[in-house]
Amino acid sequence: MKWSVLSGVAVRAATLITLSALVLPIVGCGKASAPSPAPVSFHAQGQPARLSDWHVLVADGGHLRLNAGVEPYALNTALFSDYAHKLRTIWMPPGTKAKYDATEAFDFPVGTIISKTFYYPRAAGDSDAVLRAPTQPGESRDGLDLTRMRLIETRLLVRRQDGWVALPYVWNAEQTDAVLARAGDSVPLEMRVADGRPAHRFDYQVPDANQCAGCHATDNSTRAIQPIGPRARHLNRDDPWHPGDNQLTRMAALGRLDGLPASGIARNARLDDAAAPLADRARAYLDVNCGHCHSPRGPADTSGLWLDAGTQDPIRLGRCKPPIAAGQGTGDHTFDIVPGKPEDSILVYRMDSLDPGAMMPEVGRATVDEEGVALVRDWIRDWVGQCSGAGDAGASRPVNTALRP
Amino acid sequence: MAWTSAVLACAAALAGCQQKAAPVAVDRDYQKVLIERLLDAKPGDVIDIPAGTFAFDRSLSLRVDGVTLRGAGMDKTVLSFRNQKSGAEGLLVNASDFTIENLAIEDSKGDGLKVNEGENITIRGVRVEWTRGPHTDNGAYGLYPVQTKNVLIEDCVVIGASDAGVYVGQSETIIVRRNRAERNVAGIEIENSKFADVYGNTAIDNTGGILVFDMPNLPRRGHSTRVFGNRVVGNNTDNFARKGAAVASVPAGSGIVLNSADKVEIFDNDIGDNKTANVIISSYWSTGYMNKYGVSKDYDPYPEEVYVHGNRFQGGGDSPDGLDLKALRVAMFGLSGRLPDVLWDGFANAKRSQGPQICVEGASGVLNADGPNKYKSPSMAGDAMRCSLPRLPQVSLPTTGVAATAKVAPAA
Repeated sequence: MKWSVLSGVAVRAATLITLSALVLPIVGCGKASAPSPAPVSFHAQGQPARLSDWHVLVADGGHLRLNAGVEPYALNTALFSDYAHKLRTIWMPPGTKAKYDATEAFDFPVGTIISKTFYYPRAAGDSDAVLRAPTQPGESRDGLDLTRMRLIETRLLVRRQDGWVALPYVWNAEQTDAVLARAGDSVPLEMRVADGRPAHRFDYQVPDANQCAGCHATDNSTRAIQPIGPRARHLNRDDPWHPGDNQLTRMAALGRLDGLPASGIARNARLDDAAAPLADRARAYLDVNCGHCHSPRGPADTSGLWLDAGTQDPIRLGRCKPPIAAGQGTGDHTFDIVPGKPEDSILVYRMDSLDPGAMMPEVGRATVDEEGVALVRDWIRDWVGQCSGAGDAGASRPVNTALRP
Repeated sequence: MAWTSAVLACAAALAGCQQKAAPVAVDRDYQKVLIERLLDAKPGDVIDIPAGTFAFDRSLSLRVDGVTLRGAGMDKTVLSFRNQKSGAEGLLVNASDFTIENLAIEDSKGDGLKVNEGENITIRGVRVEWTRGPHTDNGAYGLYPVQTKNVLIEDCVVIGASDAGVYVGQSETIIVRRNRAERNVAGIEIENSKFADVYGNTAIDNTGGILVFDMPNLPRRGHSTRVFGNRVVGNNTDNFARKGAAVASVPAGSGIVLNSADKVEIFDNDIGDNKTANVIISSYWSTGYMNKYGVSKDYDPYPEEVYVHGNRFQGGGDSPDGLDLKALRVAMFGLSGRLPDVLWDGFANAKRSQGPQICVEGASGVLNADGPNKYKSPSMAGDAMRCSLPRLPQVSLPTTGVAATAKVAPAA
């Protein structure tokens, strides 16, 4: 007990020292009247029952703030999750740094805590309804105003000695704390759209801890959990909280990232960047939404369809590729991507479906990402060619329709 | 004898009615308990699930090696996914040394049980069923180990899968025995897998009974499958797969179907009353998927080194599925004739010096449908296919010591 108190003080002191070198985080300045929160607390083992046990985020029902030393970050193009907004943070023990990797997640030190808070703007009126609004709102530098935001869940990825663990926490109605929900949860939501369309009701699914691993175990053989977002190509962008600063160079300048090369860093396009080429935006979208499974080593390598950023072979990307074990997910279509014909492509069908037996991704959404599907449709519409030509060996041979029902 | 079976049938029907009439208490609170037990499992743990029907609204998953999941019996312990809202399968396992036995998985939205990577997988006495019977919206696969090694699937029952009841994909060293697959599109399917013994199974009332397929664009090719001592009868259910699935091209009334598979031995089976053909040997050309853009160039679409011998055939071929095959039957064999026991699409690799090496002994004949020439000149393959091939090795599982015992019946 004594030790932990002491180490807490030590950590806090170290944090303050480090912070003097940091650009101020979004935690409010000029809030001197508020009592200082306890420092971030890394639990080397166990499963703390409450999010507040970690002291990463501090909520009092009116505001959600980031504790000292907790740094927010943003991705170029992020995973779609039922139009939820996400506040992402990283905390590393003082004096430690992450190691750069060109393609995979950075190697973070033991003690790192990554948080992702899912929230929605509240719809007007007294109800609990939420608003479907653009995916990249500028969060206030003063944290989140909880009178205007509805918190759903906060997922923690914690780097322990043995590797990463995933812990999902669900927020209480008062928005003062979130409770561990290892078995997941289901949150009924009413989502309204500003343009007056009828409200959409669905059950927001909080994943259980194993389902977290379903996406975060990006190598299906080792089964080790990895962060997905903190990769160079996702982070390589302007820092929304520090305009003019690149997130990666800033991280390196603050001494939190080792090995950042001077040039040649990959960069995914931003979904909301109208100036970026269509193909770049579509590939960025597929990379972050699908590539963690659909890669040469991911759980969906069984399908032979690879959608990660590094894949270039058109067959691997699905061009005229027959599905493998898609079952009812084919939607009566023959190929993953039919050039120029999104309406005939399995890829679009599965993104557009809400049937758990057909939809992709398999978990993490209960609504259709209309903009995302439209983007992939546009991208496929741009593909030139057709699938109907037979192969070289059978150029004059039709398919055997006699053997088809 | 006939009378006895009639009485038994009545008794079974009555039991079924009584079962349906009895109120079934569904436990909705067990989901959290089981999810947490799966999360907290340690190697060596046995998770016992009591008798009862338990409802789940999300898929379950296990990621710890060395766990046994055990129910009180495939008709006593039922995991029901009828109201499933999320997750693509009933149970997803990504672990080795995994055993699941004596329980049922019902009405999952996607696959029943998927095991994605892992070694030493035992699936025993498990029933996977879509209770409304054949339906296109049923989940795709019942029991679905993929990229696994040392797999034993025995004494299971799979009903209603909209793709394949038992589907072993991209795996090696496999024994599938004493299972019953009925009213699925494909009863049992071995795909891109090597060293598989499929024996002692009953495949009835599926669209196709037992399938051995090899698909393109996968890192693993299959070979060496033995299909023996099975009962493959009356697989005449209309194909209810979603179009675009590989099995959607399987005609109703197919007994044993090989597609692009190499080194397959089919012997000592009872194969009968499959209305299209008791055995179909075909190439990837016949699936409707072959195209030069989406199929990798090193893929070999032709079935080769296939040895069919010593089976007991009865009936079949009398009412093939699809207008083309119906016309073919009448043109070749007359209004009351039937297609022979073995139907071959006729695609063969012209560059292979030994030919396709498809050898058939003891069947009523092999019809070469002449696919390469647009089915213009179908013919009975005569002496060319009356040959024999070396027997394939028996499969044995290293950890359990389980090995298939192959008995060779005299040629029918």
